[in-house]
Amino acid sequence: MTLLPFVRLLVFPGLLYAVPVAFLFLWIERKAVARMQRRVGPPFMQPLYDFLKLMGKSPPPRPGVDGALFRSWPVLAVAAGAGAVGLLPVFPGEGGFAGDLVLLLALLELPSVFLVAAGFSSRSPYGQIGSAREAVLGLSYSAVFLTAALGIAAAAHTFRLDALAVAAPSPLRWLGIAGILLCLPAKLHVTPFSVPNAEQELYAGPLTEYAGPELALWELSRGLEWVALTGLVATLAAPRVESALVAAALFVALSLLTVLALSALAAATARVTLKQAVGFYWRAALVLAVLSLSASLVQRSPP
Amino acid sequence: MNPWRRLVDGCRRRSPWLFHMNAGSCNGCDIELIACLSPRYDVEQLGVKLEASPRHADILCVSGPVTRNTAEAIRTVYGQVCAPKAVVAIGSCPASTNAFVGSPTVEGPLERHLPVDVFVPGCPPRPDAIIEGVTRAVQILCEREGARAEATADHAPGEGPT
Repeated sequence: MTLLPFVRLLVFPGLLYAVPVAFLFLWIERKAVARMQRRVGPPFMQPLYDFLKLMGKSPPPRPGVDGALFRSWPVLAVAAGAGAVGLLPVFPGEGGFAGDLVLLLALLELPSVFLVAAGFSSRSPYGQIGSAREAVLGLSYSAVFLTAALGIAAAAHTFRLDALAVAAPSPLRWLGIAGILLCLPAKLHVTPFSVPNAEQELYAGPLTEYAGPELALWELSRGLEWVALTGLVATLAAPRVESALVAAALFVALSLLTVLALSALAAATARVTLKQAVGFYWRAALVLAVLSLSASLVQRSPP
Repeated sequence: MNPWRRLVDGCRRRSPWLFHMNAGSCNGCDIELIACLSPRYDVEQLGVKLEASPRHADILCVSGPVTRNTAEAIRTVYGQVCAPKAVVAIGSCPASTNAFVGSPTVEGPLERHLPVDVFVPGCPPRPDAIIEGVTRAVQILCEREGARAEATADHAPGEGPT
């Protein structure tokens, strides 16, 4: 029995790492977009200022079961995001259990499900349209995301994250990573696929009615999703090294690189319509993911 | 002032989120407000964000002379902004109804409907003037919230009228 599982869940890459880095990534996203538009952009602590300011605001009272549900969605989304970050296998060989990839995929999917529920329970027409869009978009990119993740797992014969992380990188894995990268803009609501929170059409989409501390928790949950999803790409793409320190540094560097790439995409593109987004994921991306899954099944050597 | 209040107060000064409402404006002031977000003026360095929902905002920016159709809506939107909040009237129209004075379809000026904190005059005002008005509104908002917190500190900390 070692302390490492607790360190993983609570310190790195768990809560103590995830919350500050969530704010850091939110800042990097805004700052990078601002620099690409030749603006100065927000100061370094801006996401923290926003978070604390929202914590100090007084939202209107919402009594009854409605209100309790409405307030609980952002808490659940933050919990799911933090859990997903804690599961990432940055240091291979310790912790983890059989099938934890399945749990990670579920935890990564939950914030989006909670967002849909939040929009519908807010009873705002903008929230409901936003939620409907998020649900439709989720149905299309999830197929790609899950197929890509299953392709990676099938190629390595395991659902264990730490075993996946140490498995030798193969062309199949890169195909799977490409599939996951394709889904990231839609999962993080970054511009070409920011259909559910399309400001010019839907006000704030599912979050239209949220205010004060609950909105602050949604911001935090969005940051944690950034950390978890870019971290997943980083752990899958990182080469294996012996030193824990180098492994951690590689993890952070690759996460940062993914954030910068997504910001560049957001700054360079305009929003597509829901129909175009769904069409893109079902046609182009599904072909890619199915290719990786079938290839991994064909190439699979007998155990 | 206790440390938590002081911290939130500091953050409030650095993170004013705006909601823009057009109360029958000719679009001149609206364009100038959007110009504040452009690379030349870039208010994001002050932490300003133009929010899509009044629920998220701290400062309500109103342009236009308040036409009969928007008078009710403007009171509703003001009610949706969560406390602490401030109102900035952008342009000459909300201040005096400007060229539309005496029109039977105009129910302005804005002060008949909402408590206005800052007037930014001009037809339309320059983006610099709008930015100055917003920073002034943030100061007013923080001072008022500080005074309110002092007044209610003895009774129930953290609770206040919305």
